[in-house]
Amino acid sequence: MNRLADLALPGFFLVVLATVWASERVVREDQPPGPVRITYWEKWTGFEGEAMRKVVDDFNKSQNRIFVQLLTVSNVQNKTMLATSAGIPPDVAGIFSANVAQFVDDRAVLPLDDFCREAGIGPEDYKPVYWNAVTYRGRIWALPSTPATTALHFNTAMMRRVGLDPNRPPRTIEELSEMADRMVQRDKDGRIRVAGFLPAEPGWWNWAWGYFFGGELWDGKDRITANSPENVRAFEWVQSFPKKYGPNEVQTFRSGFGNFSSPQNAFMSEKVAMVLQGVWMYNFISMYNPKLQWAAAPFPHPADRPDLARTTIAEADVLIIPRGAKHPREAFEFIRYVNSRKGMETLCLLQRKNSPLTDVSEEFWREHPNPYIRLFDSLAASPNAVGTPKLGIWAEYSAELNNAFEEIGLLRKTPKEALDAVTARMQPKLDQYLKRLRLREQAEASR
Amino acid sequence: MSKRKQNLVGYLFALPWFIGFSVFLAYPLVASIYFSFCDYSVLKKPVFIGLDNYRELFADEVFWITVKNTAIYAAISLPAGMVMALGLAMLLNAKVPGTTFFRTVFFLPSLVPMVSLAVLWLWILNGEHGVLNEVLRMVGIRGPNWLGDPAWSKPALVVLGVWGVGNAVLIYLAGLQDVPTSLVEAAELDGASPWQKTRHVTIPMISPVILFNLIMGIIGTLQVFTVPYVMFPGGSPARSTYFYAMYLFDNAFLYNKMGYASALAWVIFAIILVLTGIQFLLARKWVHYEAGR
Repeated sequence: MNRLADLALPGFFLVVLATVWASERVVREDQPPGPVRITYWEKWTGFEGEAMRKVVDDFNKSQNRIFVQLLTVSNVQNKTMLATSAGIPPDVAGIFSANVAQFVDDRAVLPLDDFCREAGIGPEDYKPVYWNAVTYRGRIWALPSTPATTALHFNTAMMRRVGLDPNRPPRTIEELSEMADRMVQRDKDGRIRVAGFLPAEPGWWNWAWGYFFGGELWDGKDRITANSPENVRAFEWVQSFPKKYGPNEVQTFRSGFGNFSSPQNAFMSEKVAMVLQGVWMYNFISMYNPKLQWAAAPFPHPADRPDLARTTIAEADVLIIPRGAKHPREAFEFIRYVNSRKGMETLCLLQRKNSPLTDVSEEFWREHPNPYIRLFDSLAASPNAVGTPKLGIWAEYSAELNNAFEEIGLLRKTPKEALDAVTARMQPKLDQYLKRLRLREQAEASR
Repeated sequence: MSKRKQNLVGYLFALPWFIGFSVFLAYPLVASIYFSFCDYSVLKKPVFIGLDNYRELFADEVFWITVKNTAIYAAISLPAGMVMALGLAMLLNAKVPGTTFFRTVFFLPSLVPMVSLAVLWLWILNGEHGVLNEVLRMVGIRGPNWLGDPAWSKPALVVLGVWGVGNAVLIYLAGLQDVPTSLVEAAELDGASPWQKTRHVTIPMISPVILFNLIMGIIGTLQVFTVPYVMFPGGSPARSTYFYAMYLFDNAFLYNKMGYASALAWVIFAIILVLTGIQFLLARKWVHYEAGR
């Protein structure tokens, strides 16, 4: 063996390592002259992604100091979290309002108070429920990109078929249940073919039913209230459906539904006549079943609780600046542009959503294709608009509530048992979480 | 080349592997032991909390649910898979025309990526429109809602696990072809029936292969993740398919409880280690090596 051959392979690896090292240096070199480039990670694809791209392009054209590079990233909240912990986060990330508390508690996001003060952005500019979604522990951590509210969507043709007045949607929960029962159709084997309403469809807000009955999931400080009488009442109502229709029958019927974003969607394929859905539903109907006869109305309230009229789940996509971002100031410039009336209305029109801002132009109303946009917008201003609980342990809490929802759906537990179990499990977790958070804060303060 | 130089070259050749091993395996391994004693969310600095994670874990109801689910799954799917694989391998070892074709056919499912496999089976097992229930309907049986009924979700996964026995079949087949024909012929001359030949010649001869498949099977079934994660989000229905590795993943990447997840990882490691150790002890009784012991 000759000397050169001996060293060929190790030498090759050294060359590879050197190349990697050198290319890292080149990439990390200071920005070339010209606009500051900032990276922006966003979750949306399809027409919603295109809408955001349009706003980014508009911003890039509107000035020449900053260039925003939009990158579509799936599972964006997890990837932003990991990139932040590795010290290489994007400058702006689009996450969900439900993630904000966890991000703040994990020190993954920069506060925006100073930037907002400088830019003159304050609570008066937003509908309270959305402003509330971006603030936590007394500070501002994000600003909305697009918001949403939910309402009852109902199939008017199916109502007419069973002799119901399509202009008189259910106003109380009791009416909703009664109308739902009238719409159920079964085949000769007893299998459900059509249902009026199922609390498990689409299954995105299984945790939220308590709010429609006046419940809360925690007291805002240190107590989990999953088993409050209101929440138990809500779950009793949820369980009344599998009790009436048969748990296995409901399960099997539901397993025949296609994906949400498909013509086989339960509402679009006329398998379920009434669903709780968001402002975005209009787009999917016009995409997959434009002939569907439908209307929207505020979700009903319990007959004995008229004060709960116009309860809605109000959530938002939000923009954050992760801790460790290289260009926070430029990042905020972009966020500010998105939150200007012009930027926001372009985005919300193209994504067919309502605006989170208090100031909405006449043009926006005129051009908005959703015939119920004023309903969704007014729901956002409702005193009964509720957002996701701002809890650092929300991911775990909601998984627990989902499980309870499934257990009562299969009639394996009574609502009280299921919610007692959730409370018993989550209270110690919250105690521990708050204790560890306090210890960390003390340690940081003493440093 | 001098001895020293030869060693040096050897080490240099091994160096890339060694670097990779230390950076990507050894360090994370050691670090996760430490993290399992910490409150750690990846973003915040780990804070040492002693045995708290382990204490919490053993009192954690969901931990025990996942242990139970995983144990049940392993207890059914492991023997079923092994018997199936061995049976298939023996059939494929028969000297009849077309075996190469069938060998390929039975191996094919193992080449399908797990996620596609899961999506495919979602359609086969669908309670309302699934292929399986359609076939059952033709013979007058009303099939269960495989994916939505807690009583049927685990059996559904077992069926799915058996579908992927191709790898094990291949290993058995290699073992079977190593069984010396002289021994089989000798048994034949002594008047052994086909069953006796299998029981007293073939199985002892391939026992090291069975041991290998058994241990790999234990490791594989106790860490089952991809297919249930895709098919049963959150371990639905009612946590009947919530397996150990899924709970570990959720804690690490959904709840950001990396310390707790590390503790979970070390507990499952200890369980697998003990089970493997037991297998090796028992193996002395039933595994025969050609070299003898």
